[in-house]
Amino acid sequence: MFRLEARTSTPAWFNLALPLIAIAVTLVLCSGLIAVAGAGVIEAYGVMLSASLGDSYAITETLVRAAPMIFTGLAVAIAFRAKFWNIGAEGQLLAGAVASCFVGAIPMPGYLAMLLMALVGAAAGALVALVPATLRVKFKVDDVVSSLLLNSVIYYALMALIEGPWKDTFSGYPISPPIEDSANFPVLIEGTRLHLGVFVALIAAPLCWFLIARTTLGFRIRVTGENPEAARYGGINVQRVLISTALLSGALAGLAGVGEVGGVHFQVMSDISPGYGYSGIVVAMLARLNPLGVVPAALFLAAVMTGAEAMSRATGVPAFLSDVIQGTALLSMLVALLFTAYRIRRVGAQT
Amino acid sequence: MSAVFEQIFQVGFLAAIIRIATPLAFATLGEMFSERAGVLNLGIEGIMLLSAMAGFTAASLSGSLWLGVLVAVLVGALMGALHALFTVALGLSQHVCGIGVTLFSSGLAYFLYRLIFGQQSVPPSIDGFKPVPIPLLADIPVLGPAVFNQFTLVYLAIIAVPLAAFVLYRTPWGLSVRMVGENPRAADSAGVSVIATRFQAVILGGALMGLAGAFLTMAQFNAFTFGVVSGRGWVAIALVVFGRWDPWRSAGAALLFAFVDALQLRMQASGLGHIPYEAFLMLPFIFTIVAMAFMSRNAVAPSALLKPFRREER
Repeated sequence: MFRLEARTSTPAWFNLALPLIAIAVTLVLCSGLIAVAGAGVIEAYGVMLSASLGDSYAITETLVRAAPMIFTGLAVAIAFRAKFWNIGAEGQLLAGAVASCFVGAIPMPGYLAMLLMALVGAAAGALVALVPATLRVKFKVDDVVSSLLLNSVIYYALMALIEGPWKDTFSGYPISPPIEDSANFPVLIEGTRLHLGVFVALIAAPLCWFLIARTTLGFRIRVTGENPEAARYGGINVQRVLISTALLSGALAGLAGVGEVGGVHFQVMSDISPGYGYSGIVVAMLARLNPLGVVPAALFLAAVMTGAEAMSRATGVPAFLSDVIQGTALLSMLVALLFTAYRIRRVGAQT
Repeated sequence: MSAVFEQIFQVGFLAAIIRIATPLAFATLGEMFSERAGVLNLGIEGIMLLSAMAGFTAASLSGSLWLGVLVAVLVGALMGALHALFTVALGLSQHVCGIGVTLFSSGLAYFLYRLIFGQQSVPPSIDGFKPVPIPLLADIPVLGPAVFNQFTLVYLAIIAVPLAAFVLYRTPWGLSVRMVGENPRAADSAGVSVIATRFQAVILGGALMGLAGAFLTMAQFNAFTFGVVSGRGWVAIALVVFGRWDPWRSAGAALLFAFVDALQLRMQASGLGHIPYEAFLMLPFIFTIVAMAFMSRNAVAPSALLKPFRREER
């Protein structure tokens, strides 16, 4: 007989092993789909790898893709740490994109514009995240449902803007006017799309780690998430911690939108985010809610997305494989996480 | 304003409300069964999409629409079982698993559709369901042609609402569902298998979501597009809350939403309103969020919603 037994602690190597196992399981499971599509599994994954990490240009493309998911991943990781179930990173990202696009279109010196875009975009994201947090704290409204539903509200608000006042009167396309050229984020390496925002995203991860692991607010966030009763008993104002967490989480998700406007698209359109907010949940779970783990997790998803397009061209396997991989990775990781809570023990030795 | 009222009492307008409400009613009832048993299913958006794709594909390859419906229902039930496996059997986080199921199912739907149909400039379509007038009833003025000259699936939805209420409130199984959603510990003591009941409710819910998907691709649009569900699953999540986890109220909420949506479509077409149509599309979501604040959700929601059950933990 085997039975599940509660674990009291987990070895440190689990943090690395579990995501790797989950990713391996995912790739094995999804190889079935590649086979169904009539392509060689090794060849398909090989093309994916070389197109996403094979040369320096490919690496910069993967980094550019990873940046928004680093931000949304951090947003989700920090929120989930406090058990503030923010499923609304997608809407917060869109709010950040719209707000920064407003600011970026105002003529002013470039550096000032970029700074204001970041501030206003982060503030817009934070404001959106404040809604589910306030509703939970004041009215005990479930934050999962409210943050999820807000995504649709923000999306339609964005659509109303780009199909209304922002609509391109010349072409008739539902896209916003572009931001000022001077507000475009500088490219770090000539001939690539690697922009300043990617650098900021890579810096944000260790900063968030420091905040969570080494500051008073971080301590409060962790205690609130792990044991709200103990937190309250210890004199922590749990409601205030939840609000602060929401503001921080929303601001990070908003910055994901800022980076897409300032560094990649230079305007807002309906598909500015191919679900980066939801991918943030996958990233955060793969990272085991550790801000430092968010970077490799986001890079993995970004590599899959970048690589999938090349794989599709080379082998004919639909590029949507990357979406399946995302979903499978999340589910595999959740199952793998069971091993942190339980261990399988042999009981009742059959002698 | 009178122009608006004239619009409302047109046969075509009433019929449109019924048609828009049908997939929402199926999906909302499906989510409601799942949540009444204590399992939030955020996989709904993806489950509807995958079922819509699978049903469309089966109907298009076999030429039989009812086979398509069957396949959609089976796929929905299967994905419900997958969600139950993670959340009920393994006791994993319902939110995150639901998002996982949605990401996985939608990814799979896109992937398989592209694999089977390739990339075509005009999406392939099928000869979908045709309205079936019910003798005598269809002759009632206004109401007749609007309600009783519809697709068979619409009649099924109309029957599904009282049936769901009956099953939930008047059958032993319905009692078990409500018990495992309110107080699983007590249900367990009374000899009800919490795990089995939750599995059954989530699978039934998935099947209903599958029916919703089938309606979209085989009666409403007669084609599969990547945006065919476009948030209807999330709407259903909202409608369950708005309908206070009750079949009648949830169906009423679906009708109300369909009314607003149909009105919005009319105003867009006739150029009546100067309000952007997105404002109408936002309404159900804003309504629900505000309603949740006012009705202090915790008092009405199934008490054991989101809580996994493990027998040995006391």
